[in-house]
Amino acid sequence: MDIVSRGFSGRRSAEDAKLPPGQYLTTDFPVLSAGPTPHVPLDRWEFTINDGNQLLRKWDWESFRGLPSETITADLHCVTRWSKLGTAWEGVSLDTILAEVKTDASYALAHSYGDYTTNLPLKDLRNKQAWIAFRFDGKDLAPEHGGPARLLVPHLYLWKSAKWVRGITLMQQDKPGFWEGLGYHIYGDPWKEQRYSGDE
Amino acid sequence: MWRVGTVVALHDETATARTITLEVPDWPGHIAGQHVDVRVTAPDGYSAVRSYSIASAPNSDARVELTVERLPNGEVSPYLTHEVVAGDRLELRGPIGGWFVWRTEQTEPVQLIAGGSGIVPLMAMIRSRASAGNKSQFRLLYSVREPGAIFYRDELQTLSHDKCSVGVTYAYTRKSPKDWPRPPGRIDAALIATATWPSAFAPTCYVCGPTSFVEGATDLLIAFGIKRDKIRTERFGSTGERK
Repeated sequence: MDIVSRGFSGRRSAEDAKLPPGQYLTTDFPVLSAGPTPHVPLDRWEFTINDGNQLLRKWDWESFRGLPSETITADLHCVTRWSKLGTAWEGVSLDTILAEVKTDASYALAHSYGDYTTNLPLKDLRNKQAWIAFRFDGKDLAPEHGGPARLLVPHLYLWKSAKWVRGITLMQQDKPGFWEGLGYHIYGDPWKEQRYSGDE
Repeated sequence: MWRVGTVVALHDETATARTITLEVPDWPGHIAGQHVDVRVTAPDGYSAVRSYSIASAPNSDARVELTVERLPNGEVSPYLTHEVVAGDRLELRGPIGGWFVWRTEQTEPVQLIAGGSGIVPLMAMIRSRASAGNKSQFRLLYSVREPGAIFYRDELQTLSHDKCSVGVTYAYTRKSPKDWPRPPGRIDAALIATATWPSAFAPTCYVCGPTSFVEGATDLLIAFGIKRDKIRTERFGSTGERK
């Protein structure tokens, strides 16, 4: 049962209807990171896919940028409660990245420069739901927002869209990543408000 | 799970920031550095939730202090800093966060770097150290716009006069006190070199403030030789509603 806050009227907007529960709209682009921002030179950047034992695929920046890319318009929902609507990105679809990968794995652990990790069901990376994004708003992605390239999985809370992504490990069993091991939800669907472990 | 906290005290830290002391009967306890979600609800059922850092040390008397900075265009912070009076009830969820925390079992040197209201979770660490009788070596580098923007001024002053306690260095970005040796400006390499633990001490560093502040300070720490994995950060964007 909510307690009514004496004297609070709040600010409603027409955009609220487009927001998942408990979110508010922002027009700027806040930054959330657990540590220092890595600065990754493009000539040392690489992106790999492995299954925990074996390297399956590997790209350097040039071969990665040689892959077909797409423009993406996405609504972003951060677990810290801000949402930003209609953001414009360019990136390579994970469908393209995973096209030649044969696996019976059900889960993925994305890992990043700076040692961040986050876990997702592999099916959430397929079917036009996830990208490795390298441009935001028409510009190369800034380091504080995850550049040179970040995962973009907009249907989940934004911590799943790993900044500075450098690879994906395919797994048979789910394994919590960084925030998932520190009290945040294992899946993170903003529409079900799966913020913290214990949320249904 | 939402808990109900009753406002038992209010204290203005600066012209724009207020500390709210809440009594939360079923408070499960917290660790310094954690935050809470606060929910306020209008009569028609519309509600808004924001996260605020806990300023108080873990304690056994079910009290939680939050320091809230009023944002010019904020939805919740003007309410919390202007409207709320003692006896009002607020809904809280938490404590939240298991990364940007300092535990009383820690013994290594600690470097705290705060920009503006980023001091709040770091103050919880300083208070937690004091209340636990922990003897870890603490230093605080606190960047503020001007002297009037300092939170917890008297308490920090008392602490910095006690040699066994916390070394506090202020950095003023816009306006410094009279006769202050350093002209107003952002934290720079020279200040990091004089006011923070050398990398040989292997301090754990906690940096909290606006995004650009945290980016600048962490780059300086790394250039100064601090290992990346010793640096923990918490940033807030220009909306400022943490975190």
